[in-house]
Amino acid sequence: MGLELLVASAIGILTAAGTYLTLRLRTFPVILGISLLTYAVNVFLFASGRLTVGAPPILSDAAAYTDPLPQALVLTAIVISFGMTAVVVMIALGAYLGSNDDSVDDPAAASDTRGEETT
Amino acid sequence: MMHWIIAPIVLPAILAPFIVLAARHHFGIQRVFSVAGVLAQIAIALGLVWQTSDGSVILYQLGDWAAPFGIVVVGDRLSTMMVLLTAVLALFVLLYAIGSRWDERGWHFHALFQFQLMGILGAFLTGDLFNLFVFFEVLLIASYGLMIHSGGDVRLRAGVQYVLFNLIGSTLFLFALGAIYAQTGTLNMADLAQRVTLIDPADTVGIRLAAVLLLLVFAIKAAVVPLHFWLPSSYAEAPAPVAALFAIMTKVGAYAIIRVYTMIFPPELEVTADLHTTWLMPAALASLAIGMIGVLAARKLDRLVAFSVIGSMGMVMVAISMFTPEGTSAALYYIVHSTLAAGALFLIADLVRAGRANLELVAMPAVSGAALTSALFFVAAIAMAGLPPLSGFTGKLMILDAGFDTPQATWIWAVVLCSSLISVVGFARAGSVLFWKAKSVTPPDGSQPMPAPAALSYVAIGGLIALLIAHTVFAGPAYRYMANTSAQLFAPQPYIGTVLETPGKLSTPTKEEH
Repeated sequence: MGLELLVASAIGILTAAGTYLTLRLRTFPVILGISLLTYAVNVFLFASGRLTVGAPPILSDAAAYTDPLPQALVLTAIVISFGMTAVVVMIALGAYLGSNDDSVDDPAAASDTRGEETT
Repeated sequence: MMHWIIAPIVLPAILAPFIVLAARHHFGIQRVFSVAGVLAQIAIALGLVWQTSDGSVILYQLGDWAAPFGIVVVGDRLSTMMVLLTAVLALFVLLYAIGSRWDERGWHFHALFQFQLMGILGAFLTGDLFNLFVFFEVLLIASYGLMIHSGGDVRLRAGVQYVLFNLIGSTLFLFALGAIYAQTGTLNMADLAQRVTLIDPADTVGIRLAAVLLLLVFAIKAAVVPLHFWLPSSYAEAPAPVAALFAIMTKVGAYAIIRVYTMIFPPELEVTADLHTTWLMPAALASLAIGMIGVLAARKLDRLVAFSVIGSMGMVMVAISMFTPEGTSAALYYIVHSTLAAGALFLIADLVRAGRANLELVAMPAVSGAALTSALFFVAAIAMAGLPPLSGFTGKLMILDAGFDTPQATWIWAVVLCSSLISVVGFARAGSVLFWKAKSVTPPDGSQPMPAPAALSYVAIGGLIALLIAHTVFAGPAYRYMANTSAQLFAPQPYIGTVLETPGKLSTPTKEEH
């Protein structure tokens, strides 16, 4: 029971923090927030095969075993989210250096308001 | 076992690295291989469509491992039709990219294009929810590269927004997959279809959560209101050939909704019974209305086309969320129409841009080749707005007809008809300002006349429009094919049986294996 509570609250806290940061609408906090969300979902996927302590992830003659599939799923998810984060950091950096603005919003809407401010 | 069904995924997976590694500095070789690859895709897709047209289901077990333990690739009428549609659209988009030299304005256009095709085709052919996620990621990561092809500050900023929105979508997808696996212990679609019916009615929290999360993910892909905010700026700022190829990406979301919510969570399944009528139908009607109002309100041509994509996806979703065989066949007919029309419109918008300072809907001196461009715009706009005689009109008739017997008939008819009127006004206004009023503006003295667009660009757009006309002329046979397809979708037992009962390794454990 203690393990379940620990894992569940870890997922909850990571998701809450990730959601808060994602809503900040500046690239750096948003990317951090999405990273936290992906950590949360990785732990969630890992727990989806039920939590078993001290058992091998393989079918054998022993009575207890851990479901191996979520581990494979989580490995795929980690690799993909790692690659995606690297891509978004590069694109966001390019956009920030190019336009000196790191807010995450509709470019057309943003340029419209900027036009009104100057006139 | 037939190996052709895996070819649409393997072919671009080999071509793309080849183009990057061997042909990096030779645009000519890249173009030849890219076009040859897409032509081969069309040939393979035609073969697959022919093979599945009698209602048979093609199954490919990777490594010969039996489902649900192994990974499977499955082709039925719906998947093979979508594969053919993607390959055909890709050919014309590629021709336009070559004709207009968009592919030379940045690095690795052809390689990313092939990776994008691999992701899209894989998403259509996979029989496994987790692989659907993986192929979504493949098509997304290629689309991130294509979206910011040739750079520019505004395009990069639109790209950041697009990537972040999709990353959140991917996270939701994984949460849904985790919830499904925790509740059922499988992610194979056919196996899931059997297991969700066995779930104890008192213990359905996980599966209901997963059904809603999955719907959210696919609705993000399909740009259903209120999850459409990523689409207008992404599609408007993306390079024109890329935006035209993206016309099929929203359909990937529609395809996933059709597949998952006819097979795994069908309307008669009690656990998720009210999901479609309570949530999906109002959202679809709202996207139709907002998309077409956006067409009228847009101040730039590229945004106008982007909003018309939202509107036509709304139309598709209205038909899908009836979840009747008639509604689904109308939706499939409209998906083909909307993909071709949206692709053509994005390319035409690029032709207009080539002769003007920007795409704002104000009168400017006439663009080079204006007569032909305006004629193409006229035809494509008629198709997209759904006026007779083109396929938008026949598709809309089918949707109205399918919606006649549903409880929401009043809403469907009212919103479809009013939004059509609004979009007609929107397109008419844009066309008259861009092409008609342009004749009254004299170009400033000393301005150089722009060179006319390449003939290949016109060939590409003309090809898409010819297909639209063919889709109208052969609407009868096309509709019968779609009706057979949706009949197959609403009777998924042969599909499930083929996937689960085909023998493979592990299906019958023998003594020797221990």
